[in-house]
Amino acid sequence: MLVNQFLILAAVLFCIGVYGVIARRNAVMVLMSIELILNSVNLNLIAFALRNGSVDGHIFALYIIAVAAAEVGVGLALVLLVYRNRKSIGLEELSEMKG
Amino acid sequence: MVAQNIAFGIVAAIMVWGALRVVTVNNVVHAALWLVLVLAGAAAQYVILAAEFVAITQVLVYIGAVMVLFLFGTMLTRARIGAEQELNNKSWWLGVPSAGLLLGVITLALVSGFGDEELPKDAAVVSTQEISDQIFGPYLLPFWALSFVLLVAVIGAIVLARKD
Repeated sequence: MLVNQFLILAAVLFCIGVYGVIARRNAVMVLMSIELILNSVNLNLIAFALRNGSVDGHIFALYIIAVAAAEVGVGLALVLLVYRNRKSIGLEELSEMKG
Repeated sequence: MVAQNIAFGIVAAIMVWGALRVVTVNNVVHAALWLVLVLAGAAAQYVILAAEFVAITQVLVYIGAVMVLFLFGTMLTRARIGAEQELNNKSWWLGVPSAGLLLGVITLALVSGFGDEELPKDAAVVSTQEISDQIFGPYLLPFWALSFVLLVAVIGAIVLARKD
């Protein structure tokens, strides 16, 4: 197994996630794209842990999983609040802070 | 080694296809289910990379907890269960050159940086004991910080979502 096959798979997933963040207007879909990005980073970390023969990458991956779970919890609470106030979760309607 | 490469190829193809469906499909619930496929594929890749504990955590936390959160979020915001036409921005096409450029740059850097470097063969599976020795040894402080992050996330989610 090459190192690069895992790294390039992670890069492809990362870029698909970036496309999703840019293209989607539904806030829940943007959160899903962010999950894709975080997962690709985890794949990188695990691949490098095997390459370097160390456990540190696994620890970082576990911490990222925990932070991602916290992020989804708070993010969906925010989406719920926005929905309650505006009856919509379209991101382009939240433009009050535009200068 | 050949068997691992074949497994990698199949799972990678499924993951890329699933990820593409997540960002293109016109139905929020279907996108969540395609995301399950990608996350399960990531767990399979962790097993191929000799990371059992991370694979199990991935299944428990992502497929178990995060997906339930997403489906609840979809339900509570009353996104229509059927297809929706307006899931994309007006300027969604800007994402294609951005992501394409990023992919090109990263791939170039990876190919010139790692070339055809091989992963070590017959690496032992990383045991849960090794991971816990690290977490409760040198990485204890980040572990505490992480507990605070989770506590703050729980309190924050309750404060944000409760009705006054």
